[in-house]
Amino acid sequence: MSLNKILRLVIIAAVAAGLVWLIISRPEQLAPSAAVAPFPQSLPEVEEAPLGRRQLDIQSWTTAAGSRVLFVQTEQIPMLYARLVFNAGSARDGDHAGLAMLTNAMLDQGADGLDVAALARGFEDLGARLGNSSHRDMALLTLATLSAPEFRDPALALLTRILARPDFPAGELARMKTQQLQALQRQKQVPGPQLSDAYNRALFGDHPYGIPSNGTEQSLPGIEPAQLAVFYRQYYTAGNAVIALVGDLSKTDAKRIAEQLSSALPTGERAPELPPAAALTEARQQHIEFPSTQTHILLGNQMIDRHHPDYPALYVGNKILGGGDFSAILMDEVRQKRGLVYGIYSSISPMAAAGPFTVSLQTANANAHDALVLTRQLIADFVANGPSEEQLKLAQDDLVGSYALSTASNSDIVAQLGVIGFYDLPLSYMDDFQQALQQVTAEQVRGAFRRHLHPDTLLTVSIGPHDPNQAAAEDSAP
Amino acid sequence: MRLFLMLSLLCATAAQAATAPPPTHDFTLDNGLRVLVREDHRAPVVTVMLWYKVGSIDEPAGRTGLSHMLEHMMFKNTRHLTPGDYSALVSRFGGQTNAFTSYEYTGYYQQYDASRLPLALELEAERLANLEIDAEEFSREVQVVLEERRQRTDDNPSALAWERFAAILRPGTGYAHPVIGWQRDIEQYTPQQAMAWYQEWYSPANAVLVIAGDVTLEQARAQTERFFAALPADPVPDRPTPRQAPAAGERRLSLSLPVQVPSLYMGWNVPSLATADNAADYYALMMLAGVLDGGYSARIESNLVRGRQLATGAGAQYGGLAREDGVFIMTASPAPGVSLAALEAALEQELDTLRTTPPSAEELKRVRAQMLSSSVFEQDSVFGQAMELGYLTIIGQDWRLADQLDQRLADVTPQQVSDAAKRFLTRDRRAVAEVRPLNQEGTQP
Repeated sequence: MSLNKILRLVIIAAVAAGLVWLIISRPEQLAPSAAVAPFPQSLPEVEEAPLGRRQLDIQSWTTAAGSRVLFVQTEQIPMLYARLVFNAGSARDGDHAGLAMLTNAMLDQGADGLDVAALARGFEDLGARLGNSSHRDMALLTLATLSAPEFRDPALALLTRILARPDFPAGELARMKTQQLQALQRQKQVPGPQLSDAYNRALFGDHPYGIPSNGTEQSLPGIEPAQLAVFYRQYYTAGNAVIALVGDLSKTDAKRIAEQLSSALPTGERAPELPPAAALTEARQQHIEFPSTQTHILLGNQMIDRHHPDYPALYVGNKILGGGDFSAILMDEVRQKRGLVYGIYSSISPMAAAGPFTVSLQTANANAHDALVLTRQLIADFVANGPSEEQLKLAQDDLVGSYALSTASNSDIVAQLGVIGFYDLPLSYMDDFQQALQQVTAEQVRGAFRRHLHPDTLLTVSIGPHDPNQAAAEDSAP
Repeated sequence: MRLFLMLSLLCATAAQAATAPPPTHDFTLDNGLRVLVREDHRAPVVTVMLWYKVGSIDEPAGRTGLSHMLEHMMFKNTRHLTPGDYSALVSRFGGQTNAFTSYEYTGYYQQYDASRLPLALELEAERLANLEIDAEEFSREVQVVLEERRQRTDDNPSALAWERFAAILRPGTGYAHPVIGWQRDIEQYTPQQAMAWYQEWYSPANAVLVIAGDVTLEQARAQTERFFAALPADPVPDRPTPRQAPAAGERRLSLSLPVQVPSLYMGWNVPSLATADNAADYYALMMLAGVLDGGYSARIESNLVRGRQLATGAGAQYGGLAREDGVFIMTASPAPGVSLAALEAALEQELDTLRTTPPSAEELKRVRAQMLSSSVFEQDSVFGQAMELGYLTIIGQDWRLADQLDQRLADVTPQQVSDAAKRFLTRDRRAVAEVRPLNQEGTQP
């Protein structure tokens, strides 16, 4: 306490001295560095400080039934995540959009003779949570439970019954379809979901990634329990599953649990590979009329797939152009310098058979044309010129400095394990990718963008009262 | 019997985990800055949050949303930083940063590799002490905030419905206007108003600094002293002490909006932990919300969504942590063919059942088990831990609140839950909004 007081007094004295110094001194007599305390003062020390590193010991094996298992033991919190990832996303829907989503959502709606209420009570009595979700590539089930065996084991036993013998009861399916149809109705109230549906349809066309994951008003009513059972037997198989376990758990227990979960699943192989998604070869524009105060715009094109060797260069380039934070080019130019948008972002979505690049923005209708023209110009400039050395350095410093944040929590780790297992990445993938990002040169970013993104073949899809591709002559500013 | 055993075990284990959080330190600088430090050494990361006790409920008419507008300006000019500098510095050191404004507070956060702690604190101290507002930057940022409002509210009829419901939910209080502000107010902000707001509320004694992650007390204290101790101790304006408000009388709102699906909002003015005559009321209301909507096996989901299939979705929640009174809220969407009136009657019927018949001990145990395991799961996130510490402290509660959770929940009797429904979920405390699609029955001419 007294030490801190002394320290504080020293600081106050130093600041006071500094003020007096500035007032009584004539600026031209001072070296600039002496006149103004450098800001921030802490810069040299944080520049020199070694970065922390969380050593993750990822262990991996294959179960007798053929599931890939990834396991990280973390002891500090008495909890366990058990995540199962299946190659069973909407890309497997075929002619029945929504089938993968419904199969996934129906797993805990009745199993092994237990009805939905009994299953829910079973987990909730234990304080456990079962979550499910379904995307284009993946379908997931995640159990979060306290790790003490009294709670963990009965929760896993219930999960095992769900995996082994889902009942897909017709009554619950009917209710779920009604809920889902209403969710689709609700999406029509707002511009965003309609826009992304239209964008995906235009970008992927007949490719399986073009299937609307949530189903359609036409597709959902016709889906029957028997189809769910067939989908489950085909895709929720041991060979098509990745099991990620993270938490306060010994390796012996992890082995036993993985065997238990894996052997509950139907036997079967991995789902066949999807055909690669092709890029659009000419510019396309599509506009949806909607009475919103903002016009929402998506533009982009198909670039690569998850495993392409240019991915690190594109990843770094995307970060500089429009990924995440305020210092990205798009955010700086369109929001910070001109106030045209609340948000503008670019992204690359690395999937098994595709990796589209997409820019999204929303802006007042009267500004939509100008914002679109500016955004196209910024993309074209970036493809033509690439990043400056300074931009590259900033992005790489950011990436290396933020690495520790990506594995800070058990939930972060289980997500990373799921991705590594699902896409067959090496266990050292996170480190390897970090290193690859650090080695990327500005020239490589430029080359990769020029190879994979052509500003004259961009797809533009928009929604709002007026087509932003047309100059807004009739629009008077509000 | 076996179930009972398991529940007792659960409560014991979860409570143990929940009540033994990692070391937490709490000290106050001489200028009034309260500092909380949560040590969590799992990963080499740190979260720094600076919370100011000023939010939209503090704003006078005509200045709604000003706290949020000021939040945006805090990323622009300061004495040592020009626009873009702050973001570039945070990026260069691998940080993530953003801010949040709510009814009761404005908060700023930075997340980094733990070695960046001095920078994070220095940047926050700079923004606390040395903000400058450039008129041109300000008017550009007003446009950004208008875009934000269009995006979040004006183009989303559900959000619009909520905004209008909120306006009648707590009449005569600062909770009745939107956090982002009314459009007509946003359009008329001046840089002078924002600067005055900053000078009035942004002072060490009106703030709480939270440092969570791979940090020791010694490091946190030394760096906090280094950057904050010299800042002057400005006075904090007086605030009235919150008192429980009398029942406002029943309010009803009938809205026709461009929604595709009708919906129902019901809310009751109830005490919060801050205004309850007895803290037991707060825990009883928590349990009441849990019995109705504590998961998939709770009553609303079992009886209304699955059983009678009157709703495609419905929920109940108790907002009992607040600077002033709390609210108990139920929302629901009717299943196709079900009228809003029938849905409202069904929700009231669920409440009536509880008013006359106390819930079973098993239901309360299940709710308690879920609340306790949730508090274990929430320790997984350093950010979440910092949010909890900051939030509780800024609304005037003890950050050790979770330590009591197990015992407090165990003390709640079924009769108390029933009594809470009877005492607090009454007609004269209730506000109801019916939201219908345009051009349907009930549409106004």
